[in-house]
Amino acid sequence: MNTFTIGGVHPQANKLTEDRKTETAPLPVQAVFPLSQHIGAPAVPCVQKGDRVLVGTKIAEPGGFMSACIHSSVSGKVAKIDTIVDASGLRKPAVFIDVEGDEWEPSIDRSDRLVLQCNMSREEIVERIKACGIVGMGGACFPTHVKLCPPKDCAIDTLIVNAVECEPYLTADHRLMLECPDQIIIGIKIILKVLGIDRAVIGIEENKPDAIAVMRSKTSMVSGIEVMPLRMKYPQGGEKQLIEAVTGRQVPPPPALPANVGCVVQNVGTVYAIYEAVMKNKPLFERIVTVTGKSVKNPCNLKVRMGTPVSQLIEYAGGMPEDTGKLISGGPMMGRPLLDDTAPVVKGTSGLLMLPEKDAARKEERNCIRCAKCVSACPMGLEPYLLATVSQSQEWDVAEEGMIMSCIECGCCQTTCPSNRPLLDWVRLGKNRVGGIIRARNAKK
Amino acid sequence: MAQKLYISTSPHVHGGDSIEKNMHWVITALLPAFIASVIIFGIGALIVTATSVLSCMLFEWLINRYLLKRSSSTLGDGSAIITGMLLAFNLPSNIPLYMVVMGSLVAIGIGKMAFGGLGNNPFNPALVGRVFLLVSFPSRMTSWPVPHQMLAYSDAVTAATPLGLMGYQNDSLPSYLDMFLGNTGGSLGETCALALLIGLVILLWRKVITWHIPVSILLTVAVLTGIMWLVNPVTYADPLTHLLSGGLMLGSIFMATDYVTSPMTKNGMVWYGIGIGFLTVIIRLFGSYPEGMSFAILIMNAVTPLINNWCKPKRFGLTEK
Amino acid sequence: MSPILTAILVLGITGLVLGIVLFVIARKFKVEEDPRVGQIAELLPGANCGGCGFPGCSAFAEACVKRDSMEGVKCSVCKSEVMQQIAAITGHAVEAGVEKIAVVRCSGSCENRPRLRAYDGAGSCAVAAMMNGGTTGCFFGCLGCGDCVSACKFDAIHMNPETGLPEVDQEKCTACGACAKACPRGIIELRNRNKLDRRVYVSCVNRDKGPVAKKACNAACIGCGKCVKACPFEAITLENNLAYIDFEKCRLCRKCVDECPQHTIMAVNFPPKRVQAEQAEVQETTESNTSQEQ
Repeated sequence: MNTFTIGGVHPQANKLTEDRKTETAPLPVQAVFPLSQHIGAPAVPCVQKGDRVLVGTKIAEPGGFMSACIHSSVSGKVAKIDTIVDASGLRKPAVFIDVEGDEWEPSIDRSDRLVLQCNMSREEIVERIKACGIVGMGGACFPTHVKLCPPKDCAIDTLIVNAVECEPYLTADHRLMLECPDQIIIGIKIILKVLGIDRAVIGIEENKPDAIAVMRSKTSMVSGIEVMPLRMKYPQGGEKQLIEAVTGRQVPPPPALPANVGCVVQNVGTVYAIYEAVMKNKPLFERIVTVTGKSVKNPCNLKVRMGTPVSQLIEYAGGMPEDTGKLISGGPMMGRPLLDDTAPVVKGTSGLLMLPEKDAARKEERNCIRCAKCVSACPMGLEPYLLATVSQSQEWDVAEEGMIMSCIECGCCQTTCPSNRPLLDWVRLGKNRVGGIIRARNAKK
Repeated sequence: MAQKLYISTSPHVHGGDSIEKNMHWVITALLPAFIASVIIFGIGALIVTATSVLSCMLFEWLINRYLLKRSSSTLGDGSAIITGMLLAFNLPSNIPLYMVVMGSLVAIGIGKMAFGGLGNNPFNPALVGRVFLLVSFPSRMTSWPVPHQMLAYSDAVTAATPLGLMGYQNDSLPSYLDMFLGNTGGSLGETCALALLIGLVILLWRKVITWHIPVSILLTVAVLTGIMWLVNPVTYADPLTHLLSGGLMLGSIFMATDYVTSPMTKNGMVWYGIGIGFLTVIIRLFGSYPEGMSFAILIMNAVTPLINNWCKPKRFGLTEK
Repeated sequence: MSPILTAILVLGITGLVLGIVLFVIARKFKVEEDPRVGQIAELLPGANCGGCGFPGCSAFAEACVKRDSMEGVKCSVCKSEVMQQIAAITGHAVEAGVEKIAVVRCSGSCENRPRLRAYDGAGSCAVAAMMNGGTTGCFFGCLGCGDCVSACKFDAIHMNPETGLPEVDQEKCTACGACAKACPRGIIELRNRNKLDRRVYVSCVNRDKGPVAKKACNAACIGCGKCVKACPFEAITLENNLAYIDFEKCRLCRKCVDECPQHTIMAVNFPPKRVQAEQAEVQETTESNTSQEQ
């Protein structure tokens, strides 16, 4: 069974919700849409206070090439355009909409009918994906229309569908595969058409045998789409690790892209969103969110309208447990801590994790005992102990030489460290500073 | 919201590994060798080991408390116990106790705490103590008691060890089975290869160490002594005898693999192992000391920072030039 | 020949040969250094703080000698007499520098700014700042991990455990600027040391709108602009909901201090005010201020 070759760890999977059917979360009273839910320039609002919007009405235009538009997930009236603190911890501009009823844009096909035939041209499809504001649903939120137009000099031969979901606790992608496999297959076909290739591989970790079986049965009649079970190892869902696991090719260090080795990776959630956008004309305004945690009364997978405050999801799952020490948007390995429960669900919210205090609180930091476990764990072949030390002493040139920019911030080093050292905290700081130095140097040239 | 939440950047969970866990598994892995030493050398082994462990812990506590003036004790991490056990394993079982205490003081005081405690010492503390005793009291350190004198301590009868016999009386060497089970003279913890190999299996099973260092040392020694043996089987002993004799097993499994003083990368570990194996063979065959393991490890400890500089892990996506 | 003689001969010849080698090398590789560099370096504090912009004190001394004028070459740590001495050595005139001091512009003590969350990451402000939001509702104020304290080479800034804020020791501070550079939130500013070390400054950098700022911290600047109106010297500007007092223009009249509803504006090292009735006339206040100014 395939997997990536360098490093990796095996965190406790804790998939508490893998057998829970996706439920639909109730509508919020007020939905909040931060204007930067994606990598790149923030979107520019195209509604004003007092405007009436329907479900699916565009409320913000892309703010540049690398950007995406945002649609309302509710019908009602724009209450204000103000700021809100989202998962990034920044106070960002956002559109607030007071919910009135649930009236959809008439252009959206709300039926359950499976649309099989796509008669649109490649350009039309990309245009539709852009107009529907689709971004990568794995967490990075890279605008999908940009990713589907790889540089001209790269010959793409494989589409890899990322259904690995290696983050502990999260089961949103898993449930999606069990519940909507047909839509995913059609979505894959659409992407293959856009890229002009005929090979797609769905990478699924072996701890989801039911998903592997379902996807296998659906793809058995389709040529060109292959389901590839992968041996469990974190961070297999990392783009570079997944490409290596599936094709054996290693993406060179930055600034090289996956396209340089002939691959395009799309999250399975994104594939589903592409199907809905292209076939049903439905913009990206809802997604599956796993609300989970060891002490949560009713952990569940919820189909949530964007903009719903997380406090409402917590309430649906039975309230925040007494012992909660950390509220995380995303998984425990790469998720972001939420400052409080007012943050809204955005396009990249794959899960909501309430971590008990005893798991969340970090233990006392000790001396590095040079056990080299971080070096063995690093999936990028870096030396986290060294990078953390030089970042702490601000030796940015040594950090750059140590290829700090290759770090994918997966957190393997820090979870393995027997001395509880905050390795990734420091490496992230170093990456931040070295990145600034490199940008300044390039600007000078 | 009632609770006060923690905030910090990812990752938010920890694998649960700790210094203590690693150290406790090393101690567990040392236990078979300790039991074997008591069976082979009797009460002497027990006395020496107990003294060494207790004095190492005492010195660590004293230095931490009164010289470094740190509030938290570092005894709990178990590294002082390991140093004490390893130091004792490298001593003959009839050594006077004041020497053991002196060795412990040098091991903990100069070998470890002088550099700031666990994690900062460039040399293996137990070996620093052992080599100090070896050069200070050469005769006491190289007269090893004959096995199976259960109740004898300082009055134990001594005899030459296989390594001492090597090169002079190759025909009077003990049998392989005796050497494997430890029925030969030698430092108290080093003779029973079987017990040490059980320890190796425990360490590998608990993923405390990787195979790279022990295997590369043993292979290097086997290959080099094998070549010499093929060249001249009269003067040089065969590779199996070399592998089973002296402190080679103990050194390659427990001393060379010490976290703090060994390289950080897999390829670095292999080079480090080859270096130790090479130096050991050179000292054994051509040096004036019969055993070269301690010196070989200490020399390679000194080279470790250089190895860390030269041997980088295989970077993802970077093709070899 | 007796062994003693041999030993003496061998050692003697070795000594002689090595001595000659040393002599030749010392001659050949002698570095000509301007003696003034050494003289200047002796005057400098030798802390290598980097406040001057050069890599260290010796590099600064070298720059003093090599440059044609002392423009832009100034040791922020040295007193002006020392700079005069340096000028006497180099023969260039030095500009009379204004002495400065580091000022912490945040009043978000635990009392004023309740800690809503607990920070659990690496103990460095630079790392904590990467999470954007912090342990309090204020996204601009002090993070309290003490990067400024570790940056200070002169032991002049310390965390006050009661307030959770750094405090500058005005005797020790040399205004090298290391703390200001280390602070990821730009709270610390170098301001003029005025007569008797008196300073008036806005002790807040919160650029949020008034209500948001006020909710986060009892001592936050809410951008009301009362101080701007009160200032007779146009020294106060209001930008992004935040008042700023230009220390070049400020004449230390302290009118703004009384106006500020949040008590964000700090007046340091002024003698305690004469006891005044709460409803004292404005006229009286103005008079007392003017008299202090003179």
